[in-house]
Amino acid sequence: MQKSIDNRAWFLVAPVFMLVAFNAILPLMTVVNYSFQDTFSNNQFFWNGAQWYVELLDPRSELGERFYGSLGRSLAFSAIILAIEVPLGMMVALAMPKRGAALAVCLMMMALPLLLPWNVVGIIWQLFARDNIGLFGWTVNAIGIPFNYTNSAISSWVVIVLMDVWHWTSLIALLCFAGLRAIPDAYYQAAKIDGASRMLVFLRIELPKLQRVLTIGILLRFMDSFMIYTEPFIVTGGGPGNYTTMLSINLVKIALGQFDLGKAGAMSIVYTLITLSVCWVFYTIITMREEKEGAA
Amino acid sequence: MAQIQLENLAHSYLVNPTKPWQWALKPMNMTWRQGGAYALLGPSGCGKTTLLNVISGLVTPSHGRILFDGRDVSRIPTEARNIAQVFQFPVVYDTMTVADNLAFPLQNRGVSKDIVAARVSQVGHMLGLEPIMNRRARGLTADLKQKVSLGRGLVRSDVGAILFDEPLTVIDPHLKWQLRAQIRRVHAETDVTMIYVTHDQTEALTFADSVVVMYQGEVVQIGTPQELFDRPAHTFVGYFIGSPGMNVLPARIEGDRAHIGSHVLQLTKGIAATPPDAKVEIGIRPEYLRVERSGPGLPVRVRRVDDIGRIKIVHCELDGLPIAAVAGEDAEIPADHVVLVPEPSQIHVYCNSHRVE
Repeated sequence: MQKSIDNRAWFLVAPVFMLVAFNAILPLMTVVNYSFQDTFSNNQFFWNGAQWYVELLDPRSELGERFYGSLGRSLAFSAIILAIEVPLGMMVALAMPKRGAALAVCLMMMALPLLLPWNVVGIIWQLFARDNIGLFGWTVNAIGIPFNYTNSAISSWVVIVLMDVWHWTSLIALLCFAGLRAIPDAYYQAAKIDGASRMLVFLRIELPKLQRVLTIGILLRFMDSFMIYTEPFIVTGGGPGNYTTMLSINLVKIALGQFDLGKAGAMSIVYTLITLSVCWVFYTIITMREEKEGAA
Repeated sequence: MAQIQLENLAHSYLVNPTKPWQWALKPMNMTWRQGGAYALLGPSGCGKTTLLNVISGLVTPSHGRILFDGRDVSRIPTEARNIAQVFQFPVVYDTMTVADNLAFPLQNRGVSKDIVAARVSQVGHMLGLEPIMNRRARGLTADLKQKVSLGRGLVRSDVGAILFDEPLTVIDPHLKWQLRAQIRRVHAETDVTMIYVTHDQTEALTFADSVVVMYQGEVVQIGTPQELFDRPAHTFVGYFIGSPGMNVLPARIEGDRAHIGSHVLQLTKGIAATPPDAKVEIGIRPEYLRVERSGPGLPVRVRRVDDIGRIKIVHCELDGLPIAAVAGEDAEIPADHVVLVPEPSQIHVYCNSHRVE
């Protein structure tokens, strides 16, 4: 078919372009703009070149130290919760009832934490984990383990990790459950005939079939935990000291606490780039695997 | 090697079946000969797969016993029976190579490495899988996957029977013949009992020495393809085997005469009196009805003639009942009224759907 060329067609994409421009590109450009400038007051800005970036990425500077410190904490937090939530979610999915009323109850109970707003989860755990009036904190102290998230780094990490596990393990479990349900019975029957043990059924059938949902689950959980802000902010406020100051909390402190728009801008851009590149890696893994399956 | 006997075997998914339809398998006694090639034929939902799963042990029968070479295995789990099964959708272990797939059942049973390697290469050779032994099973085509799952059954030297549950459903048509022929060849080479479930009569008739026809949870006939065609033991067999199926007409029998409405057909021999409230029918295959212009026989009205090349199928109506006949490709079929003359030896009498002599 002969396609006619008519540049007026650009008008047809204009609405989408405007929408994306207003809610993504323009705000981002504002941040880019700030990240290259410095200001003292009165809305007076000075060109600062790449100076903020140089400072940010230099671990010896004050800003760089804070950046790398909080980046490390954010990565550690994501790694810890993934290491707990993925195996735990898989185990929960394997142990879930397959049908009937028990399944309905189970699904509902598991969906509940997913429906709670982040700050509500934060408040629940802020109270639950207190050493004086919180059931959890009080119990742990009562059995002889000193636990106080306001002055102990370990306690504070225990609380925010537990909170995230409580909040989000269901997501992995539900994804895995859906993945497991998609495996035809014939696989299990064949494994029985082949005399495979339960462990081999898991390793040779279930795990390979779960690969796809697990990739998506890990991606979602990584992004979400890497950007976590509300819950640690409400429970610990980033403390004690800086022990639970994640990248996002640090960013807000710099931008709104100190009103250092230039530093915050530079940090935002680097933060965004890290997030995007992790997304890109996952996306590449998923598409490469699908291509391999499609080609074969 | 195994001869499989079913003793009063029955299965219901309900605890206390009272009505006939509540039985997935109605009580049956039969023997599957060691080394036989059987086809289990029947429509969807007739209990074929249930019977297969009962034999392989995936389903525990609610009644009766299964004997392998005289040993009761009814309560023995699948993995301890010398049975392999190939499923409708090919089952392979995606992440393992073809060779590892074949070795899997042996490794799980603790067979020594040398024997595993020898058996795997032997079976790989038998099924023509040699060029792909080191490839991952994930990317294989459906027919190769099906061969791999057949291979997992063959590789065990203790396997006495291999059960196939509609194994060619997802295979491309031009590969179906090839794969079926290969299964036949493997059967000839190994002397393993094979039971092949299908709802496709061509597949059943070309695969098996013996065809077991099931209908509503009941085995209605076991026989060679020829027997099923010539002496259908049940009206369902007559209808299911052959194309077009057997004509079944309600009738009344008096000695050696069959009355169909006002028409009378002469039988070759007398039939014992049938119970008064029984449903009595006669069955005549279209192939044994000769189309004549006039004379003694069944006067019918021609409704449609299907010319399918080598033969013509003449669809007629006898007092409102459909009846079909087969005529040669050169036969001239009058447009309206003809007479169908049956071959007397090929008129079967059915009482409550079962054939009576």
